[in-house]
Amino acid sequence: MFFLAALKKYNLQTNGPNTVFLILVMLFFCFAIAMLFMLLASIFYDGFLRINWQFLTQFPSRNPQMAGILSSWVGSLYLMILTGIIAVPLGVGAAIYFEKYAKKNWFNHLMEINIGTLAGVPSIIYGLLGLALFVRIMSLDRSLIAGALTLALLILPIIIISSREAIRNVPSFMQDGALALGATRSQVIKTIIIPLSFPGILTGIILALSRAIGETAPLIAIGALTYIAFLPENILSPFTALPIQIFNWISRPQALFHQNAAAGIIVLISITLLLNMSAVFLRDYFDRKNNK
Amino acid sequence: MEKYIFEIKNLNIYYHDFQAVKSVSVAIPPHVITAIIGPSGCGKSSFLRSMNRMNDLIPNSRLTGEILFHGVDIYDPLISEVSLRRRVGMVFQKPNPFPFSIFDNVAYGLKIQNIKDKAMIAERVEESLKRAFLWDEVKDRLKKPALELSGGQQQRLCIARALAVYPDTLLLDEPCSSLDPLATAKIEELLQKLKKEVNIIIVTHNLQQAKRISEYVGFFNSGELVDFGPTKEIFERSEQSMVGRYIQGIFG
Repeated sequence: MFFLAALKKYNLQTNGPNTVFLILVMLFFCFAIAMLFMLLASIFYDGFLRINWQFLTQFPSRNPQMAGILSSWVGSLYLMILTGIIAVPLGVGAAIYFEKYAKKNWFNHLMEINIGTLAGVPSIIYGLLGLALFVRIMSLDRSLIAGALTLALLILPIIIISSREAIRNVPSFMQDGALALGATRSQVIKTIIIPLSFPGILTGIILALSRAIGETAPLIAIGALTYIAFLPENILSPFTALPIQIFNWISRPQALFHQNAAAGIIVLISITLLLNMSAVFLRDYFDRKNNK
Repeated sequence: MEKYIFEIKNLNIYYHDFQAVKSVSVAIPPHVITAIIGPSGCGKSSFLRSMNRMNDLIPNSRLTGEILFHGVDIYDPLISEVSLRRRVGMVFQKPNPFPFSIFDNVAYGLKIQNIKDKAMIAERVEESLKRAFLWDEVKDRLKKPALELSGGQQQRLCIARALAVYPDTLLLDEPCSSLDPLATAKIEELLQKLKKEVNIIIVTHNLQQAKRISEYVGFFNSGELVDFGPTKEIFERSEQSMVGRYIQGIFG
């Protein structure tokens, strides 16, 4: 009723189609949010009670009530650190090369298109590549480093693309200012371009890592173990990770394991949310610092 | 004493197929302000930017002819554009201080020369800010971000930043075009004082400004240097000439 009254104020002839469109997109929006909310609600309903200190500090077990995610969250943490150490220098370096050094020729153009395509390749393909290259040829076995290298390959295109975007957004008049003072090209990159594009690069890195932390398929493809009752000792240790643990629990028939899986998902979602929020926060913080 | 700072012989500048500067030959005397005037797109900025090789940065730009800076061909392959730019500074149309503190902006040119002596840097920063008539306004807030300054102050900061590396010549590309009349007057006053220490070449499309501050003036039109000489003479020339008509505001 109220809605119709509001509608009457408009000339239906001109505003009619606009309003219909508005209502339509609102409906779609509500539908999408409702779906997401239902999914989250069902996970929380199943798993919330399982989350406690013991769940976070116990190794997995045959007894679902005793099982915990210690080895998998520590594995995920190590994996993310290693992946970052490998992918960040490579990705940012490649982005600087493309933006500041690469000549505009067909080869570099082809590389650019390739990187764009690689960002959209299904993650299982990276897993198969990791299996062939790191696990088999380089004989790294199913180790942390093999997993990290595989995930690094997966997020490399994302980091390159977002870093290039950030570097391109550094105003050219800033670079001209430095060059006119007698700065060399590498000095301009070090003192102007990297500091000024840092918030954007950082955001890209965090978002890429938050994607990597949820990836299951490539780790399963390289054969990461699902049952590990110890913490990795070095980069050549076998490992497990949160998504693998969740995958493993979901495939069990017992309902209690499904509760564990739901609890694991809550932890994983919380970490992802935390990462994404810190990306937004850090970008705002550095933007304010730079623009002051 | 040398007769000229810059001797330019038959200079042509091209972007792709477009010729921005057409066979310009001119010699620029020291210790004066030389103004370059002309309508928009006449090649005066290209001309200016060729003198510290900032034009090299534009993709597909090409240059023929010779530019001698104190008798040295600056486009000689043995000459590094980096060391040239340390001697021939530049101030741009839009004030472009770095998003650092006021102090760090002025110190930038020294830091990239690997000067580490903090006392010397501090001394040079103070001296440069004083030379740019900015010291009294900023001495209590050197650690504050440069972008908090007003437009006119930012432009004087850019001048201070350029002065800090002790350039021989300062190129200014329409430095006042985004400033209000008061800020403009301050910069003109500053340039008058600076010309005793630094050679100044300024591109402007404000004719009154050229008349007020310069000793020599060059007039560009569609890539050619139509006239060059002492400012007084040029401004007194026949009203029938193209320069005269431009100066009168009849075209351009």
